[in-house]
Amino acid sequence: MGREEFLFLLTGLKWTVALSAVAFVCGCVAGLMVALLRTSGVAIIERLTAGYIAVFQGTPLLMQLFVVYYGLALIGIQMDAWAAVSVGLTLHASAFLGEIWRGSIEAVPRGQTEAAKALSLGYVSRMKDVVLPQAIRISLPATVGFLVQLIKGTSLASIVGFTELTRAGNIISNQIFQPLTVFGIVGALYFLMCCPLTIYGAHLERKFLTASR
Amino acid sequence: MSQVRTSDNSIEPMISLSGVGKWYGAFQALDSINMSVAKGEKIVLCGPSGSGKSTLIRCINHLEAYQKGDIHVGGIRLGHGSKVIDAVRREVGMVFQQFNLFPHLTVLQNCMLAPMRTLGLNKPQAEGRARTLLERVKISEQAEKYPAQLSGGQQQRVAIARALCMRPKAMLFDEPTSALDPEMVKEVLDTMIALAEEGMTMICVTHEMGFARQVADRIVFMASGVIVEEAPPAEFFSNPKHERTRKFLGEVLGRH
Repeated sequence: MGREEFLFLLTGLKWTVALSAVAFVCGCVAGLMVALLRTSGVAIIERLTAGYIAVFQGTPLLMQLFVVYYGLALIGIQMDAWAAVSVGLTLHASAFLGEIWRGSIEAVPRGQTEAAKALSLGYVSRMKDVVLPQAIRISLPATVGFLVQLIKGTSLASIVGFTELTRAGNIISNQIFQPLTVFGIVGALYFLMCCPLTIYGAHLERKFLTASR
Repeated sequence: MSQVRTSDNSIEPMISLSGVGKWYGAFQALDSINMSVAKGEKIVLCGPSGSGKSTLIRCINHLEAYQKGDIHVGGIRLGHGSKVIDAVRREVGMVFQQFNLFPHLTVLQNCMLAPMRTLGLNKPQAEGRARTLLERVKISEQAEKYPAQLSGGQQQRVAIARALCMRPKAMLFDEPTSALDPEMVKEVLDTMIALAEEGMTMICVTHEMGFARQVADRIVFMASGVIVEEAPPAEFFSNPKHERTRKFLGEVLGRH
């Protein structure tokens, strides 16, 4: 494999990173909304959000990307592959992060909310100043773990024609007929992104274990 | 803060409950509670566990909803709208059995948060107020520490200071010394006694009968969600009228 081919793989890598970043950042914003709605205390809203989460947790990511890519085109919303997979992965991430953070919010002791209420803090301040800072700390290991899943999940975007790392590998492999070498390198690039995050997640977990002692 | 305020208990009570009833499903936790607390008055609420005393004071700042009756605090009728509830909560401070300090904030930040968010104080004002009150509960040297670095007694004194930073008109104490090691009970009780001497209106749920005898204007004894008996301490301890009160006193004072 020559320099040209390797550079093409790196272009693919760039798009994988960009897609992961967009999906993670937008997924965080949307996921926070989902988590807050899921813990709102209003039965109907909680049930609707639970349904939203269940749909995304209960179907394959690939189906979700297909539905966004082909489904939206069918009802007249034209999107290029980049926008479609970004939307698809964001929705996916929002459901999973929403559920992770729902658990974390509920893991903050009830006394914290009660103390905040007794001090007459309103909902926004209770969440922003008291509950969420503690919930985020609790959720960090699981959140980092999901980010790793999400990075690997972006490889499915190749199926709808978006040229990220996996599809770049596919293209090169078809040109030089060395699939094992090419996909070996592709795999190593994924590993280099994900492994440090996994180690970081484990580190955070240990840190909070000792902190809570 | 001055002694003058204590004598001014004429017009209307600081806190009044009339016919308050509360149910958890089919279980009645409070049954027609009538109680009136004048400005500057100190009430000790006692009774066996499950008698509804914690539930009662948690209704006063609406941490628990009640289904029947009326509660007035500082002339405000406690309804169900969040505006009224917040207004009442600004007037009434609460101290919990488990302290409930915010673990991710320093002692100082714990005390500054609510005055800045709900009273609109700016940072220097809130910090000044916080430091003054931390001084008053004799813990100012710990201001930069996090709650986990303090002993239980110190944490509870910070919790008292945090509540006082809102300049409340009344304070509710929900078994403030029950989670403390014995050697730390005194420092918290001393803080509460000092507060009482300054004329604060207080309702304390506690089993500390020594504190009750020393500080309370009235002791209210509850059992099974009703107020069984209320009397000034001297009368309450020497001449309890009801059998249940006698039994309870026998148990907590250790004379059978």
